[in-house]
Amino acid sequence: MRKSKRYSGILIVLCLLFVLAGCVTTTNKAFETNESQVKLRSMQTRAFDTTDKKKMMQTVISTMQDLDFVIDKADLVLGSVTGSKFLNQAVITMTATVRSRGETQLLVRVNAQYGISSVEDPATYQDFFTSLEKSLFLTAQQVD
Amino acid sequence: MGKTGFIKVFFVGILCLSIVGCATIPKGFLKPSEKSLENRQLQMRQYDTKDETKIITSVAGVLQDLGFTLDNSETELGLVVASKKADAVSGGQIAGAILLTALSRGQNNYVAMCDKEQKVRASVIVQSSLNGSKTGVRVTFQRIIWNMSNQISRVETIIEPQIYEKFYVALSKAIFLEAEKI
Repeated sequence: MRKSKRYSGILIVLCLLFVLAGCVTTTNKAFETNESQVKLRSMQTRAFDTTDKKKMMQTVISTMQDLDFVIDKADLVLGSVTGSKFLNQAVITMTATVRSRGETQLLVRVNAQYGISSVEDPATYQDFFTSLEKSLFLTAQQVD
Repeated sequence: MGKTGFIKVFFVGILCLSIVGCATIPKGFLKPSEKSLENRQLQMRQYDTKDETKIITSVAGVLQDLGFTLDNSETELGLVVASKKADAVSGGQIAGAILLTALSRGQNNYVAMCDKEQKVRASVIVQSSLNGSKTGVRVTFQRIIWNMSNQISRVETIIEPQIYEKFYVALSKAIFLEAEKI
């Protein structure tokens, strides 16, 4: 009697698990973000006082190389650079895009993935912009 | 519910949490490592020419010389990406695996975990130096290794100096050959 009670307890826990897990379709997971769109943009974007897009892209490339990234793709028209980095057994991929903002500034936006999760930590992006600033000799400005 | 019952439920709970909890992202992986300056010196060379086109065509040529096929390029930014598949079987590793399999009386097949093939990727950036008088070349290599059961067993950035040395020796030759139109 005691034994059957015990097993029914475990059974309930397992059932609950399946019920909870069954609700979510995995398609939605691909479009999920934990942070709001505005917050993400603000942590991933900085403005720089320069209009030389090519030079900015070359600096982004060398900064990424300094951070052990291998550049996979780049496109001058689109202003995009994509690279990947192997850290222990995880693959980190990162895309940076450079576009103009008004007459005097360029916007740099980066987003990174660590394995299968999106990086949504402001400090990590700040690290990248700190390195980029150093290579550019320019100050990165926070964009609202 | 007895004491053991509690323990069982506890373990099921922990198991659930550990599956749901997933991997956390480590902090600071976009900070330059202590070795980044050293790596840069390893990966970079400068040539006394302003002709970036000449250098980038030589780079493409040298990658072909080394058996790579081109995957991607953006000449405006001086980027060439190439890759090559190669054998990764190591006799020593297989011998060790056979010994381990024998020791486990065939319960675990260690040979299936041995390296089988690898894909090496090279990414080259050609840029003029800050004052514009020289042309810099920076190459980075990484490789993906598959095991005998065709699973990815390892991914790594290649930092062996001799690999980079070999590339630049070949590149210097190629630049010479291009100049002489051979």
